Amino acid sequence: MTLVLAIIAAFTLASAACAFSRRNLIHSALLLILTWAGVAGFYLWAGAEFVAFAQVLIYGGAVSMIVLFAVLLTRRSIVDPIVTPASRSRVAAAMGVGTAVVAVLVAAVLNTSFGPEPVHAPTAEVRQIGFQLMGPQAGSLLVIGVILTIALIGATILAASDRENPRAVGASARSRMGKGELSTAGRRAVLPVHGKDAAS
Amino acid sequence: MSAAFLVSLAASANAWMSGRAFPARTLVAPDADRFLERAPLAARDWVVGFFPVSLHWLVHSLISIVAVLAVFGLFFAFLTIIERKLLGRIQNRLGPNRTGPFGLLQPFADAVKALTKEDIVPAAADKLLHFLAPVIVVAFGLMGFAVLPFGRDIIPVELDAAVLYFFAASSATELAIFMAGWSSRNKYSLLAAMRALAQLISYELPLLLSIVPVVMLASTLSTSEIVRAQGGWTLGILPHWNVLTPWGAAGFLIFVVAALAESNRSPFDLPEAESELIAGHLTEYSGFKYALFFMAEYFGMTALCGLGVTLFLGGWQAPCAFLEFIPSYVWFGAKLFGLILGLIWIRGTLLRLRIDQLTRLAWKFLVPLALINLANAAFWSLTAGLPWPGQIARWIVSMALVAVPFVTIGRTLSAGLAPRTYKYA
Amino acid sequence: MNTLQLCLVFSSVLFAIGLMAALARSNAILVLLGIELMLNAANLNFVAFWRFGPASDGATGVIFVLFAIAVAAAEAAIGLALVIAIYRHQKNIRLQEATRLKG
Repeated sequence: MTLVLAIIAAFTLASAACAFSRRNLIHSALLLILTWAGVAGFYLWAGAEFVAFAQVLIYGGAVSMIVLFAVLLTRRSIVDPIVTPASRSRVAAAMGVGTAVVAVLVAAVLNTSFGPEPVHAPTAEVRQIGFQLMGPQAGSLLVIGVILTIALIGATILAASDRENPRAVGASARSRMGKGELSTAGRRAVLPVHGKDAAS
Repeated sequence: MSAAFLVSLAASANAWMSGRAFPARTLVAPDADRFLERAPLAARDWVVGFFPVSLHWLVHSLISIVAVLAVFGLFFAFLTIIERKLLGRIQNRLGPNRTGPFGLLQPFADAVKALTKEDIVPAAADKLLHFLAPVIVVAFGLMGFAVLPFGRDIIPVELDAAVLYFFAASSATELAIFMAGWSSRNKYSLLAAMRALAQLISYELPLLLSIVPVVMLASTLSTSEIVRAQGGWTLGILPHWNVLTPWGAAGFLIFVVAALAESNRSPFDLPEAESELIAGHLTEYSGFKYALFFMAEYFGMTALCGLGVTLFLGGWQAPCAFLEFIPSYVWFGAKLFGLILGLIWIRGTLLRLRIDQLTRLAWKFLVPLALINLANAAFWSLTAGLPWPGQIARWIVSMALVAVPFVTIGRTLSAGLAPRTYKYA
Repeated sequence: MNTLQLCLVFSSVLFAIGLMAALARSNAILVLLGIELMLNAANLNFVAFWRFGPASDGATGVIFVLFAIAVAAAEAAIGLALVIAIYRHQKNIRLQEATRLKG
């Protein structure tokens, strides 16, 4: 049992560490997808199959797509999304903070005496999860629905291209100059062209 | 292959190690005692009996994996020749008929060609990703077969959340398509891969939404339970399959359209058609890797058809009570084959859609219809106990809930477009 | 060190890796990926306690993880849409250059 946990943990931590030390952004994204798969493996080992499949479906099937699209839409060079590594002092400071956090957390974990393991492993059958979601947790489910709808609308609006901007600038300019002047000027500009077209 | 092996192994090992009794394959239905019906399971148990008890879970999984690979590998091989002959006949010509009688050895000729072709990898390509993409596509395409109930009690892995597992397995194939397009370091491949990705994620939504009513009415995510819930016959001749209800018919049609798009098949084969951006994201692939992509597309199509048969067409259930003497796996195979023939027919008949046409179809047409279908199925479930005049009203309201949105949304979306006229020669 | 403590150490190290990535990198997308990793580590904690902790009523830990995954996905979508909007404005996504409030 513990051997399988050790293998899953080693795989996940290794891919996470590699993901954040690569220079190529696409390689980082793909290694992070491997990390998420490793986390799903942990869920499978712990017996929470529904969550494991949900993790693969949501993270590997949807969030990874968003990340890859974002990487491809925000690069300057057409060929490779290379990121410059951070400066040495910054990396050292981050490593220091990270190590301190790990030390504090591991010390807290190792010094706490948790109760004995339950005799039977808990099972989360789909039916049980369904009854919980529709019964006691129905309010949370509705809130999650609202959150996801807001995220959908917000992301669409934020990422939509600003095609209205030039027209908006033109409209405000026109309103500043006064409606009469520019419209007659526009009409005068338009008419000769029309005349030429009609003649030809 | 190894991925399917690992999943099956993990499931059996998990069951074995956590002390749960290894699922005993007991056949309870009276007709199941017939010899033909029992034959596959009896054969498997006979082979497993040769090994010591501690290895039973391993041998059990290995036999399921080998059986699935052998059956569906051969099925894929003959599907290619059947498709080419049928498309030929639809197009008023003979299909391949040179290799072997009626061209039946064509798949093996194709395999030899694919294996002996030079494997060209572009010099600037990302070698590891270029190699991994076809492998991942085939592996995760095969993993979907693990939860299809091929017959009474014949299912490789019995999972509580089987339908969710199926979609988790097929979501990794989309990643592999992106990897294929990006690792080729070709502008056109990348563009085509992003278009393919847009098509795949657009059609995932109608696919999942069309399945939710089935899950809701069967109140389980397990595929074998869903097939069992479609058992029984009214008056001995009318089966209780989901497709024979109004919401089921609409759901099945949405599922078929979305499945066509998810497996990149005509009329949604924009990503891989030869006249669109050369060959799309597969431009830089040749030889065996191209054959692997081709194989993965057929496996994906077969798995999705298998899921459609399971969820809508009653799985391994026979259509009439007196036809139950035919074994359950024969019924599953016949329904699967019939559905695939329907898809081949569609391929030979309908024109290819442009990318904006197909995304518009997904988001503006199929998603609202699938949501209304969900409400329709809920209405159907809530009115299940009415006396018989209420039943007639229930059918009429349900069919109206299918027909009216279809006509109104269809008319609204095609407003302003002239009717299509075909000029022959 | 029993199994529960091993799981918690694993999730702590994963959390720390995500934290280091979010602090050290200046590319907005990598910072967001670090945050996603931290959320995943917290989910690992939940599942570990659900599995090895004192027996509670069946599925609460698992349901919490489902909600956390949904919220993390929504936050990733908004964050990456923001990254695209920033890119459109300043033509690169280095966080050091996104220092002015007025666009």
